[in-house]
Amino acid sequence: MLVTQVPTPPPVLQLSGICKRFSGVIALNDVALTIRAGEVMALIGENGAGKSTLVKTLTGIYQPDGGTIHLGGQAVKFTSPQEAMRAGITAVHQETVMFDELTVAENIYIGRQPTKGFPPRIDWELIESEAEKLFARLEVNLPVRARVKDLSVAQRHFVEIARALSQDARVVIMDEPTASLSQREIHELYRIIGQLRAAGTAVIFISHKFDEIFTVADRYTVLRDGCFVAEGALCDITETDLVSLMVGRAIHQTFPKLDVDIGTPLLEVESLCHPTEFDQVSFTLRQAEIVGFYGLVGAGRSEVMQALFGLSSNVTGTIKLNGQAITINSPNDAIAHGIAYVPEDRQHQGAHLSLPILHNITLPILSRIGFFLRGRRLQENAIARHFSEQLELKCSYLTQNVSELSGGNQQKVVLGKWLATNPKVIILDEPTKGIDIGSKAAVHRFISELVGRGLSVILVSSELPEVLGMADRVVVMHQGHIKKVFARAQATPENVVAAASGSELPSEEAAA
Amino acid sequence: MSQANQGIKAIFKQREALLAVLVVVMIGLVGLRAPVFVSPTSLANLLTDSTLLVMLALTQMFVIVTRGIDLSVASNLALSGMMAALLASKHPELPLAVVLLVAVAIGLLLGLINGWMIGYLELPPIVVTLGTMSVYRGLVFVLSGGAWVSSHQMPADFVAFPLGRLLGITHLVWIAAIVIALMWYLARYTRFGRDLYAIGNEPASARYVGIDSARRLFWTYGLSGAMAGLCGYLWVARYAVAYTEIAYGFEFTVIAACVIGGISIAGGSGTVAGAVLGSLFLAVINNALPIMKVSPFWQSALTGIIILTAVLINARGNSKGSRQILPLHLVNPSSSRSAA
Amino acid sequence: MNSSTATAAIDSTGSAKTSRYTIVDRPAFKLKSLLGRWETLLALLFVVVFIINSIVLPNFLDLYNLADGTFNFSEKALIALPMALLIICREIDISVAGILALCSVAMGLAHAHGMPPHGLVVVALATGTVCGWLNGFLVTRFALPSIVVTIGTVSLFRGLASVVLGDQAFTGYPKLMVDWGQGYFFGIIPREFVVLLVFAGVFAVILHTTTWGRRIYAIGNNPVAARFSGISVDRYRLVLFMITGAMAGLAAFLLTGRIGSTRPNIAMGWELEIITMVILGGVSIAGGAGTIGGVMLAVMTLGIVTYGLALANIPGIIMTIVVGILLLITIALPRLMRGKKTAK
Repeated sequence: MLVTQVPTPPPVLQLSGICKRFSGVIALNDVALTIRAGEVMALIGENGAGKSTLVKTLTGIYQPDGGTIHLGGQAVKFTSPQEAMRAGITAVHQETVMFDELTVAENIYIGRQPTKGFPPRIDWELIESEAEKLFARLEVNLPVRARVKDLSVAQRHFVEIARALSQDARVVIMDEPTASLSQREIHELYRIIGQLRAAGTAVIFISHKFDEIFTVADRYTVLRDGCFVAEGALCDITETDLVSLMVGRAIHQTFPKLDVDIGTPLLEVESLCHPTEFDQVSFTLRQAEIVGFYGLVGAGRSEVMQALFGLSSNVTGTIKLNGQAITINSPNDAIAHGIAYVPEDRQHQGAHLSLPILHNITLPILSRIGFFLRGRRLQENAIARHFSEQLELKCSYLTQNVSELSGGNQQKVVLGKWLATNPKVIILDEPTKGIDIGSKAAVHRFISELVGRGLSVILVSSELPEVLGMADRVVVMHQGHIKKVFARAQATPENVVAAASGSELPSEEAAA
Repeated sequence: MSQANQGIKAIFKQREALLAVLVVVMIGLVGLRAPVFVSPTSLANLLTDSTLLVMLALTQMFVIVTRGIDLSVASNLALSGMMAALLASKHPELPLAVVLLVAVAIGLLLGLINGWMIGYLELPPIVVTLGTMSVYRGLVFVLSGGAWVSSHQMPADFVAFPLGRLLGITHLVWIAAIVIALMWYLARYTRFGRDLYAIGNEPASARYVGIDSARRLFWTYGLSGAMAGLCGYLWVARYAVAYTEIAYGFEFTVIAACVIGGISIAGGSGTVAGAVLGSLFLAVINNALPIMKVSPFWQSALTGIIILTAVLINARGNSKGSRQILPLHLVNPSSSRSAA
Repeated sequence: MNSSTATAAIDSTGSAKTSRYTIVDRPAFKLKSLLGRWETLLALLFVVVFIINSIVLPNFLDLYNLADGTFNFSEKALIALPMALLIICREIDISVAGILALCSVAMGLAHAHGMPPHGLVVVALATGTVCGWLNGFLVTRFALPSIVVTIGTVSLFRGLASVVLGDQAFTGYPKLMVDWGQGYFFGIIPREFVVLLVFAGVFAVILHTTTWGRRIYAIGNNPVAARFSGISVDRYRLVLFMITGAMAGLAAFLLTGRIGSTRPNIAMGWELEIITMVILGGVSIAGGAGTIGGVMLAVMTLGIVTYGLALANIPGIIMTIVVGILLLITIALPRLMRGKKTAK
């Protein structure tokens, strides 16, 4: 085989020694990243490894405490997102930065609409024609006059990519772009990334899905606990090695699974239907069992759980607890029956950030404490303290506001609150999303303890290792339906991911 | 939108078009009952009567679009108007243009005070304008000493201007027409206007893409104030009297006109046509009641019912229902979703 | 009562885990944090104004005069109490003055049709509650913003009052109303003021010591999380609107008794003064914070300012300037002081 010496082009973007800390917590520690023009770099790391902090530093939202950024050989400093954008670094976020009421074309040019004539007026014809040209280049069919609120997630991503292109971006950062995309849309995205690459744009691709990484990226950079671990070409490494670089330890050790006796069916859900969110959802939860609910983002899992918890209307179907049919029309009903729901969005749905820890924990059980709370302060404090200590909550005092705690500790407050309701069934919706590794492990240990005490757990998660490691059975949902239910022994990554993507053949998901 | 959706149905889907039709229908209905209502003189009067409300509703629209509210417009109007009246009565030799400019300048200043607190200090608009509303109204009293400025104290040209005619149309209507055109231009063709929609839509994203929200809000409230200043002169001149309580409560009428015109209190959406039509709607009601021999005491109650109905109708359009997760193609078996 | 269930929850833990540390309930008392509180600043303001007034005005410290000064704000403050709860819940009610007017008219009508005096207070309360129910229904059932709904209902309520009244006035109210509106306990303490103090106590107890109050703060802090925690957010909102209406009815009873008549412009402009009382009292317009104590301090402060101005023969309209400036300073000051330090 002939090995030709190809002169490598200078890197488009070079980060070295990047440090960032937030009030004592070190988020990034001496991180390096190098990317060349026309290259797709996969940025890999677990949740909490520092990927999003790094992205925010790159896009000018954060300023690094130390280290340098070189763009095209020149040292740069971004004090605002606009500066980063003007320099040619743009990001396509998971939650797109879009203006729903404005049109696609306007979203691309917002803040910098071209003007013509005197008195200067915005040149709408130019904006629309340029937008159409951009989409033609991307070979995407999108009406430029559509309002963004009418678009799907994939289409919003395409608009953001178009916006990046229109700014002559030299580096495009894509943060988990394939979450809630269909297979066909994912392939369109791959095609667009290919185009960007051909045009000489560098792409930083952040994803948890190794099949995608190996399909679309050239090189990888691994971060762990805020530190740079390794980088290299993807053709030179295997998935297993990547995973161990990411995790720093073998997977099976992070999921302490106690052997518990799984009992009789506790919760039986039959034919739960909603007009638009899910259809014919049926499953059983047994005593001391952990049932994992896996699926792509937007598959409808949270919606099913919220319906179980009484948060939705228009739900039909039967729910049986211990063989008895029960009606749940409101969260109060659910709580009374011993069902607890720990929601996905900790900050908006789970906790009252500006209220003290104490008030957060006792909120659902106030009626059990009594009407006049002043006189029962000791009792209330005791309850809150009990659950805080049990979860090893790190706080200064019980009357501290939840907003002052770290993400992991905030999650503990929310968990504590629901445990205080003395539930039989606890539904955990993405309980370890966005929290640091240490707290994640603690949560997993705790889940095992819960079932050891006789509780039953429904674990909704988009993290495959978590589901495979913790669940006794895995229910896979896709577009509002239950696609398949796997017992622990049959749940392999390939099977589960295939079912979640809606395809029938497990081999289809294997990386090419 | 497929071609098949065009036609009558599409027109009715548009809120503003529906409102326009409603206004015409209302005028027609009243005209059936009292034909004098649809006479050219009466309609011209209607137009003239609606001008001040239209102009104030237009600038209030920009404020509401940014997720704000300006409760101080009526007090601003009163203060600017009183100052203009006092100035003109004490210095009748001053040209009218100067007096007008002074009124606008005062209104602008009062509005910028709001804008500074809301844009730069980031204080809540409702509380700020509540405060300035009280202060400005009180200042009218302080300035005038509680005395009225009546028509014989005002110079002749001062009083005559608003209702003077140019080519058969009152100056008020001309001014309103110019203002409508200016506001439409502002909303559609300037970065200033587009930025306001972005700010109202997603304040955080607006900051992310580089929009200077503080400066934009500063000038938005300034604009609202300047318009109040202009209308202050026009009001005082047209009714030929200035006293402390003029336009008392008018800010709610202005906001009502915006709400009826489909401008959402949540911000981010609203059209010039909507503000104009909402104002016309209210003006028609106000003018029709005496002609229909409805007791004036019913006016307030009817306005309230209309506002509530308008809010209810507008809310239907914004139903934040559940997400569509189930694939629609299940009903109609075809290929899976594409980006088209 | 229910403590057994709570302790059962604690006892249900199987594993005896000795924690590595115990969590303290609350931080040690710090004078600095007490001084930094809004209520403390308000109390200071109150004392300062009181002292200034008593130095500058000769008749200020006269006990009978001071007592008479409370008439001015008692009815408004009665409405400010439930309004504070509403604003804590992130709602607002601009129609309270209209409700008051309608209740007064209803009483006038009932009285004219021969209703006995004790029935009139029931009429007022009932009318107020129904009006409040309408507000609450529209806000909760259709998820409409309360500011817009109440802008509509204020026109409706005042309009209906106008329609009934026409250009006349109801007068000749019975002695019972006059007694409560203008009367005194022990010859010196106005009955209205006592009513206000009683209700202030009731609202303070409800808001600061009961589960209802705890849930109201939770709703204002984060309505979504409150719902997810099992709180019937809509029911609380509806009830609060109804209570606001009822208190407006009570205020109507007292006010009408005090001024002796029902005219179309009764309580004109009151909604803004009431909201000012609440905001000045430290209740954040963003919801989730504020105390009844703060509101009462604001009420008293505004009260003695008004009273002082009246003694000095300064016309009431100047008061609106003072109130406006006070409001602006109180919301701007914390922001200005903090503004130098915030890093975005």
